[in-house]
Amino acid sequence: MARIELKNISKSYGNIEVMRDINLDFADGEFIVLVGPSGCGKSTLLRMIAGLETISGGDLFIEEVRVNDVEPRDRDVAMVFQSYALYPHMDVARNMGFSLEIRGEKAEIIKGRTAKSAKTLGLGALLERLPKALSGGQRQRVAMGRAIARDPKVFLFDEPLSNLDASLRAEMRLEIAKLHKRLAASMIYVTHDQVEALTLADRIVVLNEGEIQQVGKPLELYEQPRNLFVANFIGSPQMNIMKAEFTDNRLVLENGERLEVDVSLALNEVAHFGIRPEHISIVGVNEGHAIGEADVVERLGSDSNIYVNVENIGQILVRYHGDISLEVGDKFGLKFNLDRSHLFDLNGMAIR
Amino acid sequence: MSVISKPNLALTIGKYLALACYLAFALFPLYWLFKISVTPEKLIYTDGIALWPSEYTFDNFKSVILLTDFLVYFKNSIIVSFGTAAITTIIAAAAGYAFSRFNFRGKKVIIGIMLITQMFPLLIIIAPIYKIIAGLGLLNTLTSLIVVYTAFNVPFATFLMQSFFDGIPKDLEEAAMIDGCSRFQAVRKVVFPLTLPGLAATLGFVFTAAWSELLFAIMLINSNDTMTFPVGLLTFVSKFSVDWGQMMAAGVFALIPSCLFFIFIQRYLVQGLTSGAVKG
Amino acid sequence: MSVDKLTISASDLGRRRTTGKIKQIAEPYLYLSPSIILICLVIFTPLVIGISYAFQSMHLFNPGDVEWIGFEHFEKIYSDRKFFIALKNTFWWTFGSVLLQFSLGLGLALLLKQGFHGRKVFQALIFLPWAVPTFLSALIWAWLFNPVIGPLPHWFVSLGMLDEPYNILADPDFALFGPIIANVWFGISFFAITLLASLQSIPDEMYEAAAIDGASKWQIFSKITLPFLAPMIVITVMLRTVWIANFADLIYVMTGGGAANSTQILSTYIFTTAFKKLDFGYASAVSVVLLVLLLLFATLLLKMRQKFVRVN
Repeated sequence: MARIELKNISKSYGNIEVMRDINLDFADGEFIVLVGPSGCGKSTLLRMIAGLETISGGDLFIEEVRVNDVEPRDRDVAMVFQSYALYPHMDVARNMGFSLEIRGEKAEIIKGRTAKSAKTLGLGALLERLPKALSGGQRQRVAMGRAIARDPKVFLFDEPLSNLDASLRAEMRLEIAKLHKRLAASMIYVTHDQVEALTLADRIVVLNEGEIQQVGKPLELYEQPRNLFVANFIGSPQMNIMKAEFTDNRLVLENGERLEVDVSLALNEVAHFGIRPEHISIVGVNEGHAIGEADVVERLGSDSNIYVNVENIGQILVRYHGDISLEVGDKFGLKFNLDRSHLFDLNGMAIR
Repeated sequence: MSVISKPNLALTIGKYLALACYLAFALFPLYWLFKISVTPEKLIYTDGIALWPSEYTFDNFKSVILLTDFLVYFKNSIIVSFGTAAITTIIAAAAGYAFSRFNFRGKKVIIGIMLITQMFPLLIIIAPIYKIIAGLGLLNTLTSLIVVYTAFNVPFATFLMQSFFDGIPKDLEEAAMIDGCSRFQAVRKVVFPLTLPGLAATLGFVFTAAWSELLFAIMLINSNDTMTFPVGLLTFVSKFSVDWGQMMAAGVFALIPSCLFFIFIQRYLVQGLTSGAVKG
Repeated sequence: MSVDKLTISASDLGRRRTTGKIKQIAEPYLYLSPSIILICLVIFTPLVIGISYAFQSMHLFNPGDVEWIGFEHFEKIYSDRKFFIALKNTFWWTFGSVLLQFSLGLGLALLLKQGFHGRKVFQALIFLPWAVPTFLSALIWAWLFNPVIGPLPHWFVSLGMLDEPYNILADPDFALFGPIIANVWFGISFFAITLLASLQSIPDEMYEAAAIDGASKWQIFSKITLPFLAPMIVITVMLRTVWIANFADLIYVMTGGGAANSTQILSTYIFTTAFKKLDFGYASAVSVVLLVLLLLFATLLLKMRQKFVRVN
């Protein structure tokens, strides 16, 4: 349980700086998710916190102590690896008790602690098995159990669920959420899956190309993305982005439609208009902001995704709650819920 | 191979025929060695080309052990080969670990240097080595052989060990380090147990190489007390009027340790080279 | 935050960072140092000394009488008929051995890649010749070629390859075949082991994909297996070629370069010059020439590899 502070952290390989100006402050017991596309530096950042990667510049504090040059073993952090990194030659019990064994704890204490964390994760019957005799999901649980057994200051997760199939992933996601509630421990979690990010996090850190794009609560990122990158990255299906221009005191889309938006904003800077698929409704042909023709209809049961071709704008995705009786080729109007729309300037920064 | 194909009779027969040819080619010379070693001296020439002598005897083996310095040579060779194998494996494991786990300045240069050691005619350095060893007063010592053999076997052993280490995921050490191990502890408790087959393969490979080395042994050793097996065996040719039966019996003895070792390790050798390539 | 802690870490900051970094940079060199020191002392120091002999007049008969003579030895090589015979023989010896070892080794590796009953035992036995000490292999093969105590000449006669059973090691026209066959026997294992290892590292999906795409067995071999093996093949062939060119033991024990120099290769020539004539200077000069030739060959092969081999 610990407060973690990153001040001006940077990382370079040789002369190439891959990460810069990372400033973050994580509160005690917070669940932080680092999210971003592959290669954005999220894993590197996590490994720097773990001490597996050197910090090129800046300071890292765990519980007010600067730990830049502290060995991983002295940082008192636990990590769950994407590959699980279970020791193949040790049985489940020894895998989970390994850190305690290294610390020189008494055998009965180790046994008690492993038994307890095994029980928590439902691994009680597997304690004597070797990792190779476990299924993927069981291995994942052992990796988590190994972290829990040692009761660290901070839990680090490096894409722990990405090797599991979809249903197991959902199950383990729930398990991790419960775990956090029960242990009230600080957790830092790396993923590229925004569903994991949105469901697990107290706060999400969105990274791209080694820079922080936005830090915030999950719904904050969804409702007020700070820039185009976050707008595109958070939310599934993706936000529709269209070009927009400011003429005659009005915001004009490329199909000539003038939009009624709040004139108190700096409208002359607007370059992009964004609207999420769930904030568009289907109306009669001449009632909406645009006229389109259904190209593809995906029926998911609970929702329908409708890909609509709109002249001069391109394809717009509409999400309709429930099933809809539409055929490919049908023409209709699209009405944007302007209260939930987003405006971005030329540099892709949000205007609000 | 998991591609399913219809069993083709001609092809299957051809395959087993080819396997039989390989096996015959590989084993026939060894059989001949054995055959001569059990042929009584008087029949060596008369039964020279017969596939099996009309009489056989194990006298040659007996007299090799009882009448010659065979046991001395054998002991010396065991000391030299085990010493070389053990030291080489330790040194090569350290170097292979560095190659596998670190990126550092000069890595390519050092790999290049190690490759070059495998390339030049050994003869060019035999004379200087002789002079150096003589200058140090180490002629006729087993130590000198161990040092020289170790140096020559370290490069290949290093590449071999590297490929074994490459086959062990880096995550495991990192997990161990986060679990509270120093790097040394992580290697000892996690990497070492997993690389035992690799260590065995390297050990066996170097043992076999040291066991059969002749050139340096001839140069650096000429006292009977410190002769290794190959040199001793050659003296059979020169000292007595060549006693082929005894010599071949001694040869059979010479084969036993290295062959046993090799049968045991060849599986790991293939496996080691494979795992390195897979991770590549 | 306690004030004490802060002051300590601030004052320590500079020093601790540098020691940490030095430790981290030095670590791999630390692990490499034993091998590097050993190789430098036992291989490179003598190598430099050995090369310097090439430019000195050095007979072990009169150790005091050492003088620098520049390129005299190399001029002598130029007009040395025996050297050129040995060079030609080195070529045929190396080429023949490598070609046969490689093709038979590849065949064996392909056979071993397929499963069959008793594969494990077979593999252990088939690799045995590699474990046989070289001098012993040489002696065994010398015996096999001897018509009095070996069966081979008689078999050659029944196959119609010879008119009467005689020892081909004594026949200048055929003598080189003897050591080459012994060398092939001894060296197939090396190729088979390395090629088998690379074969096993080709993912099965590749074969499956090719089979689904309708490739025949031969197409699978030539379009998938060979290109995948190519980088390994080039390296293995290079290392083996160099090694075999330097490999004197077999020939030295089997023929001593004999049958009228017909099996004299450069490395046996060097050996005889050094240890029979005790002319270390000249022997070193020949070694240097051999070394240069081999380095040229290796560079050429590696250049070709960069050019033609794209799969890696």
